[in-house]
Amino acid sequence: MTVIASTPGRTAPASRPPRTSRRAGTGRLAAALLSPTLLVLALVIGYPVVAALRLSFQVSTEGIDPRTGFVATTSHYGMGNYATVFTDDRLLRPWWNTTSFALASVSLEVLIGVSMALVMHRAFRGRALVRAAVLVPWAIPTAISGMLWKWIFNSQGVANELLGTQVLWSSEGFHAWLSVVIADTWKTAPFIGLLVLAGLQIIPGELYEAARVDGASAWRVFWRITLPLVRPALVVAVLFRLLDVLRMFDLPYVLVGPRKHSVETLSMIAFNEMTNLRFGSAAAYAAVLFVYIAVVALAFVKLFGADLLGRGTRSEP
Amino acid sequence: MARDLQINSEEGTVSSLRIVLGVGRTPAGHGGTRPRPRAAAVMAAMVCASVLAGCGDSGSSDSKDGPKKSNDRGPITLATGKDTTGTLQGQLDRWNKQHPAEKVTLVELPESADQQRQQFIQNAQTKSDAYSVLNLDPIWVAEFAANQWIDELPAKEFPLGKMIPAVVKTGNYFGRQYAIPFNTNAGLLFYRTDLLDKIGAQPPTTWAEMKQDCAKVRGLPEGKGIGCYAGQFDKYEGLTVNFSEAVASAGGSVVDAKGKATVDTEAAKKGLQFLVDGFKDGTIPQQAATYQEEDGRRAFQAGKLLFHRQWPYQWTLANAKDGSSKVAGKFGVAPLPGLTGPGRSSLGGLDLAISKFAKHKATALDFIKFFSNEENARTNLKVTSAAPPYTDLYDDPALRKQFPYLDTLKQSLASATPRPVVVHYGDATAAIQESAAAALSGSKPVDSALADMQKNLSAAIAEK
Repeated sequence: MTVIASTPGRTAPASRPPRTSRRAGTGRLAAALLSPTLLVLALVIGYPVVAALRLSFQVSTEGIDPRTGFVATTSHYGMGNYATVFTDDRLLRPWWNTTSFALASVSLEVLIGVSMALVMHRAFRGRALVRAAVLVPWAIPTAISGMLWKWIFNSQGVANELLGTQVLWSSEGFHAWLSVVIADTWKTAPFIGLLVLAGLQIIPGELYEAARVDGASAWRVFWRITLPLVRPALVVAVLFRLLDVLRMFDLPYVLVGPRKHSVETLSMIAFNEMTNLRFGSAAAYAAVLFVYIAVVALAFVKLFGADLLGRGTRSEP
Repeated sequence: MARDLQINSEEGTVSSLRIVLGVGRTPAGHGGTRPRPRAAAVMAAMVCASVLAGCGDSGSSDSKDGPKKSNDRGPITLATGKDTTGTLQGQLDRWNKQHPAEKVTLVELPESADQQRQQFIQNAQTKSDAYSVLNLDPIWVAEFAANQWIDELPAKEFPLGKMIPAVVKTGNYFGRQYAIPFNTNAGLLFYRTDLLDKIGAQPPTTWAEMKQDCAKVRGLPEGKGIGCYAGQFDKYEGLTVNFSEAVASAGGSVVDAKGKATVDTEAAKKGLQFLVDGFKDGTIPQQAATYQEEDGRRAFQAGKLLFHRQWPYQWTLANAKDGSSKVAGKFGVAPLPGLTGPGRSSLGGLDLAISKFAKHKATALDFIKFFSNEENARTNLKVTSAAPPYTDLYDDPALRKQFPYLDTLKQSLASATPRPVVVHYGDATAAIQESAAAALSGSKPVDSALADMQKNLSAAIAEK
């Protein structure tokens, strides 16, 4: 009764001014409540990004004093680091490696991940066990799984034993590239599988029943019902994986090793520059990678319409 | 709680670097599930870190003086790679008992050398006084000295005359002693005594002899298909070591006494040619192109290699009687072979130095004297089988009984050459590995590989 009595009062025109001011108050409160988070984000993400960008314009020259042997460093701001990045012949190969890793392993992961999800979605005995088992690779830290695969791809390892070959996986060549793709797919297909499984579980069963009544084939059901409805989840999963693979560092570094050109990625180049104390040029490589990833992500979102902000599923024509 | 904070503070400083480089997971990672307390802790840690760096600056009135003039005494730290032997703390306890007011705390860094170097450099760049005495890989001494991250030491106060000269040189930069040898290391030629006895051969002193022995052993029924020779040929620091050894064993050098690159010489060509031909004619098994120390050790222990260039640590492991080694008691060691006579090894080991930004440098200097003295070197050899820098320990009968390879190791060390002394060692070793790997895989002829190496190595030496 009180509810009914109060409702018309709130919607009445007379009470509108207090309502807007209350909303403004709520906005201020929300901003105040969010400000610690924003402050932390500005400090731990905003500042380092800006600092790195500034660093990437800092060109350092070093000289060694012929009498004492001491290093004397002078630095100024300029485009020198970027000029080196784009004129050096070191950019193209790592860029292609980074891109080809992303294309190859994400495609494989989508195929395997979706199949995994379809299997896990079925009701059968031991389903919980299968779900847990599928997740194990995802739970292993990348550096550790890199070590595991390093043993498998050792010259005297299991891979050669099983295949009956003598491939030197960690030497330069296509096989090194392939070993990274295999290890990455093994590790992260479950991630796609899990997100797709979540998407599958919200598809109402009635749709499938209706399809069965209409006499649709299993393939048609998958193509016309499952895939369109699971698409939002799949697109987000693929976007995450793309971003992850494009800045891949640990797996090729551990599995094959640093400075192996067949698997060297842009992150590894930046890391190599940093370990040799060329921080400016390292920051420039990192900035180039940052822009590249941003462009790829933006293009992907535009193309496939990833629903990142949670506006809900868009209905496609 | 205190422990948690410590861990987080380390993460905090590292994470800012990670973000800068886009390495590893950014905090936005997967759906922003990171709980807020952790972010707050990281932030707190970053504030702490910047405050600490400030402290390091203000307290540096002493750090400007070298350890020679310093009278500043007090507690210090020893920063060293992970103590895999578990014996370091015992030695520090002995010092701490005698010097209760000048205690030394052990700071353990990661096991990987690259990560140790990064921690040392971070410490130096923030001018932190957290590390007093640094246990450095000899190849970093030039870089640290040139950047003035370590202090010159008073060479006269150390028994350097009793040490192996080449080992003492690893702590030297521009004619000044910046570091004191803690231990050392050199390569040995491990060979199968059982198989060489069958063909009635002595261990080879030249590459040609080695190849002849291989051909004979392969003619034996038990030597059929055995790999002849292997070292460390994967593209990493081990390749630099093995390439430098091949060049030195052919009478050349990678970098001469004046600090100039000399890999375009005839000797360097002969050295690299030996390795390239080895891969081509099957002297070196194809698999060895991916060998690091442990891969080669497994092959040797499985009886798949007749000769193996390896560090002395393999002695104990390959002699294990628990079934892990098929060659226990069936192998010996000799100095490395060369082009016309015995070859020359590269040097490994560790050197002790004092951080420029440390406090209590007088204590640090005294501690290095204690830590690097002959008694401790003897204990280290006995307990961890680390090769001592002191010459006379190699002639000690009791030690020789325990380590029968000591005599050979002494010969190897006597003729050993330090790895190139280059300030930008990272770039220098990359230049060497790049061209050497290309030549070994056959993708570049020896001549052009060495021409490229000469160009890139010179550039690394004269960088910018």
